[in-house]
Amino acid sequence: MAEKVNQTQNFLKGIIKENPVFVMLLGMCPTLGVTSSAFNGLGMGIATMFVLLMSNIVVSLVKSQIPSKVRIPAFIIIIASFVTIVEMVLEAFIPFLYEQLGIFIPLIVVNCLILGRAEAFASKNNILASILDALGMGLGFVVALTILGATREILGSGSIFEFKFVSEDANTFILFILPPGAFIALAYLTVLFNKISIKTT
Amino acid sequence: MDYIIILIAAVFVNNIVLSQFLGICPFLGVSSKVSTSVGMSGAVMFVMTIATITTYLLHQYILVPAGLDYLRTITFILVIAALVQMVEIILKKVSPPLYQALGVFLPLITTNCAVLGVAILALGLEGGSLMKAVFFAVSNSIGFGLALIVFASIRESLELADIPEGMKGVPINLLVAGLLSLAFLGFTGLV
Repeated sequence: MAEKVNQTQNFLKGIIKENPVFVMLLGMCPTLGVTSSAFNGLGMGIATMFVLLMSNIVVSLVKSQIPSKVRIPAFIIIIASFVTIVEMVLEAFIPFLYEQLGIFIPLIVVNCLILGRAEAFASKNNILASILDALGMGLGFVVALTILGATREILGSGSIFEFKFVSEDANTFILFILPPGAFIALAYLTVLFNKISIKTT
Repeated sequence: MDYIIILIAAVFVNNIVLSQFLGICPFLGVSSKVSTSVGMSGAVMFVMTIATITTYLLHQYILVPAGLDYLRTITFILVIAALVQMVEIILKKVSPPLYQALGVFLPLITTNCAVLGVAILALGLEGGSLMKAVFFAVSNSIGFGLALIVFASIRESLELADIPEGMKGVPINLLVAGLLSLAFLGFTGLV
């Protein structure tokens, strides 16, 4: 029973208590770079989550085979392989998203979140725990990116997931879909997140 | 003329940190003091230039002729990781004072997305040549240094400011970065 509770906690910690974006500040480049709309944020989040899940699985399976001296390069190769897969799949099946995310797809390789989880968690835990950890952390990342993307899209273009709810010629805060808006929106969302997470604990 | 445009575009108009969001981790992480941010900028300039030369040649003369373009991401990140290690070892042996100044920042650079980002972006330059790619890398590292040092200077004076409790730490830094980015937005249309 205790084991089960542990696993649930293991899964849930990534979403609120150790949220990769709002609390741990990992993977900031794609967080700020691609979230000009909710759809882009969601797409980036899912792509990252896939790479995180697969790399956590593989790392936890081969952890005993890798000499500890070369573990970081080994992890990077594992991660880079999955990123290449994502890159090719997106280019072939969702070219629209591929174009929108652009340079940030190959840059999933250097997302500190993925290497961080491989090093801090998957290389020390069994496969089930690693999968749950990846799902939790990945979901936390997806949620954070989607919220940030949605906030910027609502304020900046008056729409949500491409669905426009203001008239065509209405004035919106264009600032929020421009680069400065990314920093400002994330700053206030972090304040909000801290406020909520302090209240709940 | 081309080169001047590349320089101005990379430093001001499309600043790598403030408008392209590459290298945000060191931008937020090592910018609490001006002296450390100068060291970091130096290390990034060094590695970014060497990495771009290496990856550009590798891409042009090995990957493309062999039709292995899709292995770009894997090879580039491995080359950069190996390069950073090598630079660290060589610097330690050849120039101890420089190693003293840059040493601690070098391992951090492997996961700095600005280095990989510039190496990939340099491949897509118009009328690309090795010369242009190198110049592009140098310009971008100047842009990185400028953003980092300006940001660090603001953060140093921010320590004395009276900040509301909830805004302390990360949020106020992000807000400052946002305003800085807004200032750089003023350069839009310059080239």
